[in-house]
Amino acid sequence: MRLSARHATLLVLLAAFAALPFLLPSSFHLRVATLVWIQALAAVGLNLLMGLAGQVSLGHAGFFGIGAYAVALGPRHLGLDPLLSALVGLVVSGLLALVVGRPILRLRGHYLAVATLGLGILVWLVLNSEVALTGGPDGIQVPRLVLFGWRVAGAETWYWISGAFLLFGVWLALNLEDSPLGRALRALHDSEVAARVAGIDVARAKLLVFVIAAIYAAAAGSLLALFNRFITPQVADFLHSIELVTMVVIGGMGSTLGAIVGAAILTVLPQALTVFHDYEHAMLGLMIILFMIFLRQGIVPGLASLLPRRAVA
Amino acid sequence: MSAPLIEARGVGISFGGVRALDDVSFAARSGEVFSIIGPNGAGKTTLFNIVSGLYRPDCGKVLLAGEDVTALPPHLLAARGLSRTFQNLQIFFRMTALENVMVGRHLHEERSLLPTLFRLPSVLRQNRATRERARELLAFVGLERRAEDPAGALPYGALKRLEIARALAAEPSVLLLDEPAAGCNAVETEEIDRLIVTIAERGTAVVLVEHDMKLVMRISTRILVLNHGRMLAEGSPAEVRANAEVIAAYLGRHAAEAAHAAG
Amino acid sequence: MDQLLQFVFSGLTVGAVYALVALGFTLIYNASDVINFAQGEFVMLGGMVTVFAYAAGVPLPLAALVAVVVAVATGLALHRFAIEPARGANAVTLIIITIGASILIRGIAQIVFDKQFHRFPAFSGEDPIALLGATILPQSLWVLGGAAVVVAGLWLFMEKTLLGKAVRATAANRLAARLVGIDTALVLALAFGVSGAIGALAGILVTPITLTSVTVGTLLALKGFAAAMLGGIGNPVGAVAGGLALGLLESLAAGFISSTYKDAVAFLVIIAVLFILPQGLFGTRAVERV
Repeated sequence: MRLSARHATLLVLLAAFAALPFLLPSSFHLRVATLVWIQALAAVGLNLLMGLAGQVSLGHAGFFGIGAYAVALGPRHLGLDPLLSALVGLVVSGLLALVVGRPILRLRGHYLAVATLGLGILVWLVLNSEVALTGGPDGIQVPRLVLFGWRVAGAETWYWISGAFLLFGVWLALNLEDSPLGRALRALHDSEVAARVAGIDVARAKLLVFVIAAIYAAAAGSLLALFNRFITPQVADFLHSIELVTMVVIGGMGSTLGAIVGAAILTVLPQALTVFHDYEHAMLGLMIILFMIFLRQGIVPGLASLLPRRAVA
Repeated sequence: MSAPLIEARGVGISFGGVRALDDVSFAARSGEVFSIIGPNGAGKTTLFNIVSGLYRPDCGKVLLAGEDVTALPPHLLAARGLSRTFQNLQIFFRMTALENVMVGRHLHEERSLLPTLFRLPSVLRQNRATRERARELLAFVGLERRAEDPAGALPYGALKRLEIARALAAEPSVLLLDEPAAGCNAVETEEIDRLIVTIAERGTAVVLVEHDMKLVMRISTRILVLNHGRMLAEGSPAEVRANAEVIAAYLGRHAAEAAHAAG
Repeated sequence: MDQLLQFVFSGLTVGAVYALVALGFTLIYNASDVINFAQGEFVMLGGMVTVFAYAAGVPLPLAALVAVVVAVATGLALHRFAIEPARGANAVTLIIITIGASILIRGIAQIVFDKQFHRFPAFSGEDPIALLGATILPQSLWVLGGAAVVVAGLWLFMEKTLLGKAVRATAANRLAARLVGIDTALVLALAFGVSGAIGALAGILVTPITLTSVTVGTLLALKGFAAAMLGGIGNPVGAVAGGLALGLLESLAAGFISSTYKDAVAFLVIIAVLFILPQGLFGTRAVERV
């Protein structure tokens, strides 16, 4: 039976998602898995931008932070329900991406990288400095999510919720890939001039995927804030942006499944190495270097190239 | 005689201090094969880049079916029926041959975001239709058996034909071909030859930049000769072949180059 | 007015550090087209190694020398093990590699040192000197003087020595340089090594004023890059001018607008340069050929 990459991805994900709660020994492990689903959601979105369209973003954690702080600040300062606040976070994130995206995406190569980096850091600076509003570097409490009288709590509950969001996000991403827009993004990645001449509005396509990626990150940020019930500006800092980029890269640029694998590795490894907590940074740095030198195409495409060639439907 | 589908009027452009094109005009009609020839550096590709919206001329106009399109960007020109290929092959190397041509169908696809994200039946139907049409075009250029191959694996001659297939996918009324036979052997050149003639017969206005004189003389309806960015001669193949200035420009150029090489 | 002058002094001091970081960026960028985000870590190493060597009993000048050696070695290792193997990769891949390297260096430093802020005594006393109605620390004069010496020395090296000319040739056209017999591998290694030394010197000079810790590298690298962009990436004069200008802008903004958002100045500068003056103050516009 020939399995398209799309179906394979969904199947593998569904299987892992369903099986894990029975394989994992404790609620601590469930919490780690939940973190993986959440980070993976952000990574899948970033993969659409970086892997599919070839646009680098070194400031993506900024959008993550907007989503996270939306659910922290909405109830506190605006009296909004957390769910509504999350929606506001998505909108703000998308609007910011829309406004800064147009000028920023005209840049290429290291100029684009640095512009996105600057953007991410500016967001972090605001979150870190407006102490009266955000609680500053010490962080801020996040109210519990209550859906129609049901208090959302418990490791298992959050596992299913974040997993469901990831599945939905993956489904949307896979749909996007197999569509005129998906093909247009892959085309402009390879040759912008040929894409333009074929009738593709390259600026609009880039902006669209940038906004989509920002919304994915904001959704993930909101999930994290509601899950942890507490956030600090660290969720929006440069290191987190680099971690997200690393997830996409080591998993395999352009591969949705790869983004999830990358997220899993980068979330689980520090947890597994809690003994070596001090080595966390060194390990991350080493991993980035080694992957970028030796396995640039990433794990999933690397493994896929070992399998006998199968046609993509 | 029908109205021209594509026209350039008094087009000129300078790069730094160099006047790359000066007062160049031409017109091509439906079914015509209009060739632009001239020595290297004559400004042929520059003219193409202006007509296809990649450069902005500092004077003159470009008209598509009578409409002034001079300042329009490439994707809007494509929407008005202009397609082109590239001298240096702008292939989507990471996509398959089939996918390359599918991208060419972009203008004829429904592109709303929500049906795309939710994979509505309309999107599925369209993917299938696009794929079918792309296969037909690959067959037209003789590449149907390489549909699923990554474009990076195809030989040079095949890539030239792939670009033509991709350009045709947009169903253009005007097709610009930038050195389609460059680097091709005699067999490949003949195939391209036949393709161009068939495309023109179907009603497209084909504008060609080429160095292969045999090809040009064989299939062109009209020829424009450029030299140093200026129009040197224009007419039917027979007229241009007999033009003393054209002969002088080419022979003169050869003589000057030989003398220079000898030191 | 005195307040303004005070801000100018402190702005120039920190600006001199940015200038040196930017100069290091420029050196490496010119020789290899790589934007080296680990540049800030050289400054960190300069400060931290000196601190810990001095605390272990080594006399300050010797401790500083050890720090420079460590930074140079780090620069050479960075080139040999992280950049060389990835030769031919695109610009973004290389940036990510240098970011990874900066994280690695910081990670190792965190293990070897600690997470506190440190300093060592100023070179010629801690008493501020009165100057034109404001005060300036003696160490500030060391920073400005040291930066001037480094810039002058680098200029002399580039203009007057054969090796310096080889570096400039490699920067202009690497293939052509190789064809005329220049050992470009050596030139690249030199660029990384000298950048390490310059960064370390900056760190050593400024630590008595600003203190140092293992975390100072990241923000410094970003600000140094902003300075290099402001001056026109690839232009050494621009790097120095950009650094001083950035330091002044930061100091004035902190003094007159808001000190909380002092760090934002650098990023706003980056954004402004990218959209208003992409070639920077002294750079030349590159034409992109279709």
